[in-house]
Amino acid sequence: MRHVVSATLALLLTTALAQAEATPGGTADLIVQPEPPGLMIGIVTNGPALAVGGNIYESLLRYDETLAPMPSLARSWEVSEDGLTYTFHLQEGVTFHDGTPMTAADVLFSVNDFLMKTQPRHRNTMAQVESVTAPDEATVVFKLTQPFEPFIRAFAYGTMPILPKHIYEGTDYMTNPANDKPIGTGPFRFVEWQRGSFIKLEKNDAYWDKGKPYLDEVIYHVIPDAASRAVAYETGVVDILPGGSVENFDIPRLTELPNTCITDKGWEYYAPLSWMWLNNRNPPMDNPKFRQAVMYAMDRQFALDVLWNGYGKVATGPISSKTPFYSQQEPVYEYDPDKAEALLDEIGYDGEPIRLLPIPYGETWQRWAEAVRQNLQDVGIKVEMEAADVAGWNQRTANWNYDIAFTYLYQNGDPAIGVSRNYITSQIEQGSPWNNVEGYSDPEVDRMFEEAALAYPAEARQEIYDQVQVKLQEDVPVAWLLELTFPTIYNCKVHDIVTSAHGPADSMRDAWIEQ
Amino acid sequence: MMEFWNRFRQNRGAVVGLLILLLIVVLAAAAPLLYPKSPWSMVQRPFLAPFAMDAFPLGTDPMGRDVASAVAHGARVSLLVGLVSTVVSMLIGVPIGAIAGYFGGRIDDALMRFTELFQTVPSFALAVVLVAIFQPSLYSIVIAIALVSWPPVARLLRSEVMALRSREFVEAAILSGQRARTIILRQILPNTLSAIIVMASMMVAAAILIESSLSFLGLGDPNVMSWGYVIGAGRTVIRQAWWVSFFPGLAILLTVLALNLIGEGLNDAMNPRLKRRGK
Repeated sequence: MRHVVSATLALLLTTALAQAEATPGGTADLIVQPEPPGLMIGIVTNGPALAVGGNIYESLLRYDETLAPMPSLARSWEVSEDGLTYTFHLQEGVTFHDGTPMTAADVLFSVNDFLMKTQPRHRNTMAQVESVTAPDEATVVFKLTQPFEPFIRAFAYGTMPILPKHIYEGTDYMTNPANDKPIGTGPFRFVEWQRGSFIKLEKNDAYWDKGKPYLDEVIYHVIPDAASRAVAYETGVVDILPGGSVENFDIPRLTELPNTCITDKGWEYYAPLSWMWLNNRNPPMDNPKFRQAVMYAMDRQFALDVLWNGYGKVATGPISSKTPFYSQQEPVYEYDPDKAEALLDEIGYDGEPIRLLPIPYGETWQRWAEAVRQNLQDVGIKVEMEAADVAGWNQRTANWNYDIAFTYLYQNGDPAIGVSRNYITSQIEQGSPWNNVEGYSDPEVDRMFEEAALAYPAEARQEIYDQVQVKLQEDVPVAWLLELTFPTIYNCKVHDIVTSAHGPADSMRDAWIEQ
Repeated sequence: MMEFWNRFRQNRGAVVGLLILLLIVVLAAAAPLLYPKSPWSMVQRPFLAPFAMDAFPLGTDPMGRDVASAVAHGARVSLLVGLVSTVVSMLIGVPIGAIAGYFGGRIDDALMRFTELFQTVPSFALAVVLVAIFQPSLYSIVIAIALVSWPPVARLLRSEVMALRSREFVEAAILSGQRARTIILRQILPNTLSAIIVMASMMVAAAILIESSLSFLGLGDPNVMSWGYVIGAGRTVIRQAWWVSFFPGLAILLTVLALNLIGEGLNDAMNPRLKRRGK
């Protein structure tokens, strides 16, 4: 019986898939928020610039939702047994938007020259690299000084876009006039940018992946006001609201509109994780039992359901479940006010007031801080809420002038890149709100993170990260809240707008509109 | 006193205003008894409509907090801020106005130019800036409201004092050798009392409005529940849950209306000769 059912299901599925045959043509209208300062993503690397530039420029690889590499400008690749040599074979027949062929020389130029001068993060990655060479026009070889497993995830469009050597060589990169008219190898070609209004891209007819892209045009609308962006979607001016385009509280209303689809995929690479810094320097936050009590006191499921409309996931520990090397480890902190109170009794917490600093990113975050304050007060922690603007919040967290402070950070595809920075001793440095702000320091954790970064292959790293997660979840250096996702809302006639871990930012090559 | 009350109650609006205000004062006083739980506690499911459950006649907000409890606790904050900031602005405005009006000349010029300095800046904008600089808290809000609302007091006092300054009883006091301070405090100020009281009742209303506006903009004290805060928090969901903003808004409307009606009534009662003007 079961076989019959599954056979029918399979049949239904195949018919559904067969109907979903991509049709070429049409224009996709998206929101880009806020307006980017530029589109040359070798230089400008903030969110909105990447959101547009990811469809103009490409790197050697793309990443699927498990962050496994997919071909992009590299057709195939090999990693040597010892993890020291990465060989990439480039696609054939790739040209830049001005018609010039893209070769290994452009890759060498971008990696060894351009990005070294413009991108600090690229310099960090390249510190592991001994040499980059091109044995022939279609092959590039990276030799590392020591095995560095995260390296395979460094070839994203945002961190390593391939730029045209013939345009930039010998010029001043920052002031080259070509920066205003970006030329890449991507599926779409830059046409026009009306400042304050829209950015228009058109189909790259000479795209190397024959048959793609399907869309004739992609238009990014600039609409500064969140309510107007929601209205623009309601009235059909835009078809796609990438994550973060509209306020959270508008999401349920918009998703109820006819013909509206929503997906929370496409955030796997950044995997934003929210937590509260607990200032480990000040009592009572210096006591792990107090920090555990904070974890037990919080009703995080309530915050997820009520404030984030159920999009996201309750965080279990320092690594997001979307990031490689996550594993579910004990202890997990369920909402348990009684346990929190017991812990507070045990350490003899005397009702000393604790300052709570919300992150000033709008309504949802403010409400969230109010909910957490109530949770903490319910178990007997005296909380005083503070108020600060963005600059004030940055300044106070960077200078450790807080007791408990909200934040969220990107994991950037690997714990060695996006996680260890918040927990290791060498990252305790005043002046940055993104390093080890809580001041947690444990030699064992330092050692494990260091070993895990350089262990090879992935299985060896996993073993160490399993231990790190256990240790950190016992010590609770910060109070983890939720894995956030900023869902993309779109008209259901548009298909395949999220085909990678970066979401619509580098997926428009696959997108198509039902005709 | 009886005579005053008789005159006051002839103004029916004023009596209604007084009743409303009494009701709100009782509500504020009884809030901790009626709603012993913190108004911030999440007590029911979010977006509960009003009258859907007997225990929550005004419904709940997007986080499941009781709107009725917020309105009751908010009354305390609004009345407190209104009263205290009015008292503070009186403490600033009355001496400045009295001194300027009594001494005249250069002192008057100096004090009035100083007053104008405050008057030329739009008062709400100034209040926003002050609260933003001092960090939002009940103290900074009271001080900001007082700082932006004392100039009219000083203006009014100055003109009242100037009018009284040339009256015979004041000249007699000067001739009898009384000191300026004694004359202002004993002879002049008591005679300006009716004007001050009328002004004060209006100012409490204005202060409540300013506090609500500040909270609405997110510049309220994050640790106290005030009407303006509830409206501001409910604004974003007004299409799904009108009641969150509506009830505290109604409370503000009634309070301000009541105070204005009372002010009118006091004005009529204290200045019987002006009473029937325009009728």
